[in-house]
Amino acid sequence: MTTGTDKTKISRRSVLKGAAATAGLAVGAGAVTGFPTVWAQNIKNVTLRQFGTGVSNLNEVAAKVKEDLGFTLEMTALDSDSVTQRAATQPKGFDIADIEYWICKKVWGAGNLQAMDTSKIKNYDKIVGTFRSGKLTPESTIAQGTAPHTVGFVEGPGGKKFVDNESGWMTLIPTIYNADTLGIRPDLIGRPIESWTELLNPEFKGKASILDISSIGIMDAAMVCEAMGEVQYGDKGNMTKEEIDKTMAIFTEAKKNGQFRAFWKSFDESVNLMASGEVVIQSMWSPAITAVRSKGIPCVYQPLKEGYRSWGGGLGLSANLSGIELDAAYEYINWYLSGWVGGFLMRQGYYSAVPETSKNFMTEDEWGYWFEGKAAKKDVVNPQGQVMEKAGAVRDGGAFYDRMGAVACWNSVMDENKHMVRKWNEFIAA
Amino acid sequence: MSSSSTQTPGAVVAPGAASTESTRTKTASPEKASWFLVSPLVLVLGVFLVLPILTIVTVSFWDYNEYNFFPAFILENYSYLLTSQVTLATYLKTFKFMALTWIFCTVIGFTVAYFLAFHVRSLPMQIVLFLICTVPFWTSNIIRMISWIPFLGRNGLANSALISTGVIDEPLEWLLFSDFAVVLAFVHLYCLFMVVPIFNTMMRIDRSLIEAARDAGANGFQILTNVIIPLTKPGIMIGSIFVVTLVMGDFITVRFMSGGQSASVGRVISNEIALLQYPAAAASAVVLLITVLIMIGIMMRFVDIRKEL
Repeated sequence: MTTGTDKTKISRRSVLKGAAATAGLAVGAGAVTGFPTVWAQNIKNVTLRQFGTGVSNLNEVAAKVKEDLGFTLEMTALDSDSVTQRAATQPKGFDIADIEYWICKKVWGAGNLQAMDTSKIKNYDKIVGTFRSGKLTPESTIAQGTAPHTVGFVEGPGGKKFVDNESGWMTLIPTIYNADTLGIRPDLIGRPIESWTELLNPEFKGKASILDISSIGIMDAAMVCEAMGEVQYGDKGNMTKEEIDKTMAIFTEAKKNGQFRAFWKSFDESVNLMASGEVVIQSMWSPAITAVRSKGIPCVYQPLKEGYRSWGGGLGLSANLSGIELDAAYEYINWYLSGWVGGFLMRQGYYSAVPETSKNFMTEDEWGYWFEGKAAKKDVVNPQGQVMEKAGAVRDGGAFYDRMGAVACWNSVMDENKHMVRKWNEFIAA
Repeated sequence: MSSSSTQTPGAVVAPGAASTESTRTKTASPEKASWFLVSPLVLVLGVFLVLPILTIVTVSFWDYNEYNFFPAFILENYSYLLTSQVTLATYLKTFKFMALTWIFCTVIGFTVAYFLAFHVRSLPMQIVLFLICTVPFWTSNIIRMISWIPFLGRNGLANSALISTGVIDEPLEWLLFSDFAVVLAFVHLYCLFMVVPIFNTMMRIDRSLIEAARDAGANGFQILTNVIIPLTKPGIMIGSIFVVTLVMGDFITVRFMSGGQSASVGRVISNEIALLQYPAAAASAVVLLITVLIMIGIMMRFVDIRKEL
């Protein structure tokens, strides 16, 4: 019995001691080194939870954040449907949303994201024009679809409506973007491919594929139908019911004739279809091409005369962020645009929102290959150290301004979204 | 109870009082006690089965936009679902998968179970062989399914083997990303659900019945059709319920094995959820639930499982 009470006494005493020591330490630290340290200490305890598509949710970025900024960034990679779902329905489940612009258009109205004060973004002025005025260069025309600048700004901090000028309140800070086209297996096709129409060319019967994400798939389908001259669109990014019906009718017929080998939904599926030779021409994403090539299998991201279908992503802040967490989020965003991430992503074939800062984190040869479309002087190596291209290679499609300047359409959400989805499901079920 | 009261001989009055009290409660409401006994199950089923289904039914009448769904009472979810060509096509396709899978699973499952129950004589051997049947289940469903893809592909093992042996000149396209592939994967995945219940009922068949049949002059085939099959009906039926419900609700096998080219009811629901169209998905789920319940109801007509067990 006595030993029992002794034990409790000891443990109680030690606990008290410990508590006092901790309190003293905390007070001492505050008193001696002053306020900023406490803040710096606190920000180290901050954990920001980011989710997004696999493309930019990379563990290397989280590790670098810990190293450069001190706080923890938790990454969750999901597919675009799940990303949309979470942004729209689970506001408390994330701090930073890494979403695409068309998803932003879809979910902004749910009120789970807060606009960002551009005066707090150091490199705001250096962000590529596409995301601010909509024009890449002053002469460029604005492509169809959900162009990023159209959903890039709201009228104020709590704004729900998008505005068409640089209001100073940004919905998403652009992170990465790219111009998509068809991927082909040149070794299995053996002739030049120049137009989107080739996707439905009977020559590739049973060897074509399209992605089964309705909002993106419909755009690829529209690029094909327009190139074939079968359908004329007012705006491919916002089709009328009639345009949707016509487009899907053409694709349904092609499907019934056995044109498609498969439809893919995730990145890996597209890589496997291409690498295994099941498919020789399909809608594809840039890093998937790289993944196929790194297996030693020839694969080209074929520039087509009708232009590219483009997409862009950005970071949005959860409406729940405030205080020190919000400060940390701004710090993270400023860091994101300061170049390291940009260099990291550009060496995988994406473009960064502020290319000039990224340049500092790339070699001249890398910059020349990825951005300027010049022939590589040395082997091109990806951030993980794998050789992606041999010396002398030139990027498919060439320079940044050639590629991003030839965007025909942006990924988008249409007013007739419900109708489009139903038609798409009919196409899949046909 | 009685033993504890005898252990306290000092207290003469107390046990008597206790016993009268207990008899009073016993006589007062045996009904109450059974209500009390059944309440945990009622609670569990209520919270985890009835409530979710009620929620789904409720939501199926709600309205939705791109990012939200909200209370309303609209019939549009159902009216679209029940009049759309897609629904009909999808259900027909799903029924086709279901029927083919069921036929193959039953034939294979019955054969395997028959072999285990009647040909393998020693119990340890039966157990060993039965465990071997379950070995594939040690890995996940998805892995077992996906491993077919490199095997069946255009340049896969099956095709290259067939080409090198000279059976075919051109790779067979229909091996992968086809209805064949879907049914193959289903049979592979769900066959064991048929083997187990059939094996179980077969093991409980009284062997003297077979001897009696033989003594009465029945040949092997007659014993099979007149004795064994009728007696294994409940097992077949339980296995069928497993297979039918699993196939009807599946979405991932159909997607992967058909290369996304075939629709099934489950895929439609999963697509609707992905597009945040929860009310539409809920309506689809309700219709699927009713369909499956009707199917099970019909199956129950053939065999009274409760009686046979």
